[in-house]
Order: sequence, then C-alpha cells, then structure tokens
Amino acid sequence: MAGYIATNNLGASFGGVQAIENITFEIPANKVTAIIGPSGCGKSTFLRCLTRMHELVPGARISGEVVWDGKNIYASEMDATEVRRGIGMVFQKPNPFPLMSVADNVSAGLRLAAGRMSKARIAEIVERSLKLAALWDEVRNKLHKPGGSLSGGQQQRLCIARALAVQPDVILMDEPCSALDPASTQKIEDTIDKLKKSYTFVIVTHNMQQAARVSDFSGFMLSQEMGEPGRMIEYGPTNKIFTTPERKETENYITGRFG
Amino acid sequence: MSGRLRMQKEEDGAAEQTPRQAPPLTKPAVPSYQPAGKEMENEISRDSELYSQSAVRRRSRKFRSRLAYCLCALSTVIAMVPLVLILFYVIYQGAGDLNLSFLTSLPKPVGESGGGMGNAIAGSLILIGIAAVIGVPLGVLAGTQLAEYRNPRLSCVVRLLSDILSGVPSIIVGIFVYTLLVLTFKQFSAIAGGVALGILMLPTVARTTEEMMRMVPDTLREASLALGIPRWRTITSVIIKTAGGGIMTGVMLATARIAGETAPLLFTALGSRTWPTGLDKPIASLPVQIYQFAISPFDEWHRQAWAGSLVLVLIVLFLSIGSKIFFGRKMKRAS
Repeated sequence: MAGYIATNNLGASFGGVQAIENITFEIPANKVTAIIGPSGCGKSTFLRCLTRMHELVPGARISGEVVWDGKNIYASEMDATEVRRGIGMVFQKPNPFPLMSVADNVSAGLRLAAGRMSKARIAEIVERSLKLAALWDEVRNKLHKPGGSLSGGQQQRLCIARALAVQPDVILMDEPCSALDPASTQKIEDTIDKLKKSYTFVIVTHNMQQAARVSDFSGFMLSQEMGEPGRMIEYGPTNKIFTTPERKETENYITGRFG
Repeated sequence: MSGRLRMQKEEDGAAEQTPRQAPPLTKPAVPSYQPAGKEMENEISRDSELYSQSAVRRRSRKFRSRLAYCLCALSTVIAMVPLVLILFYVIYQGAGDLNLSFLTSLPKPVGESGGGMGNAIAGSLILIGIAAVIGVPLGVLAGTQLAEYRNPRLSCVVRLLSDILSGVPSIIVGIFVYTLLVLTFKQFSAIAGGVALGILMLPTVARTTEEMMRMVPDTLREASLALGIPRWRTITSVIIKTAGGGIMTGVMLATARIAGETAPLLFTALGSRTWPTGLDKPIASLPVQIYQFAISPFDEWHRQAWAGSLVLVLIVLFLSIGSKIFFGRKMKRAS
C-alpha cells in the first residue's frame, strides 16, 4: 500500500553527533501514528528522515533504510523531490509563503512542481484542499489576501491545505499544534480525524492527551542520557501504550514521572 | 527592594513608639558595632542621603543622555551638509542652462552658443544598459550561489574575491578592460565601456543578493522543498520572489553608482562628439563629457558642464529614490 512506511535500522547524525540510532519501525497506512517522547530524543529528526528533509541540514548523515511504496527512499536512483511530493510535511511553526496570496499558497506545490495545469483545475484543487483543511469558510473571501495576513491557527491550516493540494500519500506533522490555541488545535485534530481514511499521518507531539486523542498507533522515543542518540523504546496500538506499556521507561513517561 | 525598605520603616516606626523595648526583629539587621538606640536615626539619614545622591545622579545621567543625543544629531547634520550643498550648488549653476534643447542636441563647436549633451545622455543610458545586462545576471547568480548552494570553500573564495573587486579602484578596472578589449580589437567601443561598468557593478549586486537571500528564513525553504518543489524552482519562485525587493534595491544602487563613473570610461568608451553610431564605436557619456568640458578654457563649455552635472545628479537621485519607493512598497506587501 502506498501509505505504508517502514524504517530499517535508521540512524541520523548532524556534524558527527548521532541524533537517532537503530530505529526499526512501521507506520501503517491510513492510520494516525503518534511519536512521543521527551525533548531532545530525536522525534523531529526521525520525522524529517522520513521525507528526506534531514539531509538539507549541513553536515547531516543518514544510515539505514526508509522503505516507502516498496522502495528505499535513500536508494541512489530515488529523487528527493519525488519522495517529498509523496510524503508531505507540516512544520511546528506555520510557514506560509508571506508574499503569495492564500490561493497561491495552496497551489504553490502544483504550480511549481507539477506540470502545466488549467486555471480552473487549479482553482478546483485549491477549493477542495481548503475545504479538507477546514479553512474554506474562513478564507473564501480572502483568497487574494497574502498568506501572512491570516491568524496563526489559520496559517497552520493553510499549511495543511498546501500539503494536501499536492496529493501525497503520507503527511508528517512536527508538533503542528504547539504554537496554537485550543480552538485551533481542536480544528486541526478534527481535520486529521476526517482525513485519515485516505491519508497516512505521522504526528510528533509533546502533548500526551493529543497523542491519545488522535492516534491509532504510538511510538515512544527516548535518549537514555543527555547527548545519547534517541531510540524507539516501544511502539504499538495507542490504547496499549497508554494503558499497559511493556517497558518501565514508557510507563514512567506516560504517567508523568519524567520528561 | 522597595517593599523590604517599607517593611523596615514600619518596623522602625513601631520601635519609635516603644523605644525601650528594642524589637528583636530589627536587631539582626543592625550592624553589631552600632548601639541599638542610634540605629533608627542612622537608617533615616542614610536613606535621605541615598535619595539626594540619586537625584544628582539622575540629573547627570539625563544630561549625559541629552549630550549623546545632541552629538549624534549634530554629526548627522554635519554629514548632510555636503550633500545639500552639492545639490544646491549644482542646481544653482546648472539649472540656467538646462532646457529641452540641451537634452536633445549635440554639442556645438567652440565659439557657437547653444548645443547640448543629448549624445552624452543617450551614450550614458546605453553604457548603463550594457553594464546592467552583464552585471545584473552575473551578480544575481553569483549571489544565489553564495546564499543558496552553501559550498563553504567556494563561497569563501568568491566572497573574498568579490570584496577585493569592490575595493579595486575603478581606473584599474578601466585599464584592465582596455588591455582586454580595446587593445585586442584595436578599437575604443561602447561594449568596452559597458564591460568596465558591468565589472564594477558585479560585487555590489552579488553581495546584496546574497545578503537579501540570507534574510529569507530557512522555514520558507523547507516549506517549499517539503512540497516536492525542486531546488531551482524554490530559488526562483520562492526565495528570489521574497528577496526580490531587496535585490532590486541593490541593483538600482549599483546602477546609480556606475552612472557617475568617469575613470573606467576614459580609455574604454573614450567619448564622442556625435550621436552613438554603434556598440563597436567610441561613445559619449555624461561623466566623460562633463570632465572634458570642465577642463576646457571656455566659459560656454563650463556652463554646459554644470548643466550636464545637474542631469547626472538627477539621474542618480531618481534611481536611488525610485529604488527606495519600490522596496518600501514591497515591504508593505510582505508584512
């Protein structure tokens, strides 16, 4: 299935410092998988490795495999832009293109990466993506205003709409709600819930309630000591991770004893 | 701090009412060598001294702050004086001879009155055009390489060379182009002049482009790349678009700077008394014509040189102010 990702012994480092190590993990298709763990355990690095974003950092190294759609995305014949088109990403801080209008923000991926398209087709995809991201009603009259003029929560949903517009199989989200108020968070969680029938989501979050609310599967990451590379300690169905974790570390973290 | 002070005062007040029962609470605060009875007076007198001192200090601090501000303002005014004087003097000397025929006609031979610098104005515009065609694309691309393709070793070398190039006296650039083009083709030409000016533009354009692109936050690069937009499209459609206003300002300022360059044109474009006839022929330019007219012994030519100077200053002013307005509008759209 196109939305299925598996990592095999994945490791990543920045300029000689190992950030994550030895991660073998499966992300089921059309489900929401949450990655939880204390700060600095390499959750974001792991997420960025899944769509070849980690390699953009100077001095970054990656080892192991990420298998998506039956192919290792780090194989030499794979094109990074194609991987990123199929595995989209939403970042912690909303990052709409400030000079582009709301509509142009949504269609940016189509216009700049895909082939030529008719204006009507683009308008149609813009509308559909904004509806999917639950933003259409709020911006239908401001499609020509700059993306930076929206509120923080709207900007983040605009970024989700922008990611949806290129029609990826997987959407990675790096703490998408950490800069947002509860109402906006609620809207984004509803969006994820609605979209998971047709998309695979991987969401990194600090918020344990959020992980429990939105995810079907959870992975707990931890770096044993400061400066040690992060590892995947335990993963499984969210229910099980949150009620009867097998590892002591997971239980300690879930119950709030550290982290 | 003030809270603690107040509490102490209240305690002192309590002590005043019953001076015989020295309250044990205040005791630890008193230096042990002082008799307990004098403690209160000392507290008060020390306080008032503290306040009066701080009032003096406050006044002196305010004075120093005002002094610093005055020095800054004075320096600004002094720095502005030459600019204003030049502007007014050029207008005063040149405005009288500036008219439509000055802008559109050829210079007249010595002894005949009238005539103008139409050929020099046209020549300058052509030279600036050639310089821009060479300097802007090369400079913007070099700046892009420095800012986007962060190859540390190459960038370090390019940055150093471009800094050196921007410090090379313009006459040296003129000699270089003279050797390279004029001697090779045995011909002074507009092309040679344009190349010399283009070389002078290069470092300014490259460094401004680099700086403006670096100001575009990495989050925008990531946003674009994460959509599967290729690197080159990210640069042309997201980065250059976002940094475009700043890059344009750099280009305009570089143009304004080369518009007034005289030395590199002396032995490349040479100068001419006729309308431009071809890019492979010597060509007139405002700065060179001003120079030639100004060192001549004829009053008529001196006045023409002033009028030409006024035109040149107006072109430069127009470019600078135009770029500011352009950039200002861009910024407003961005925010």
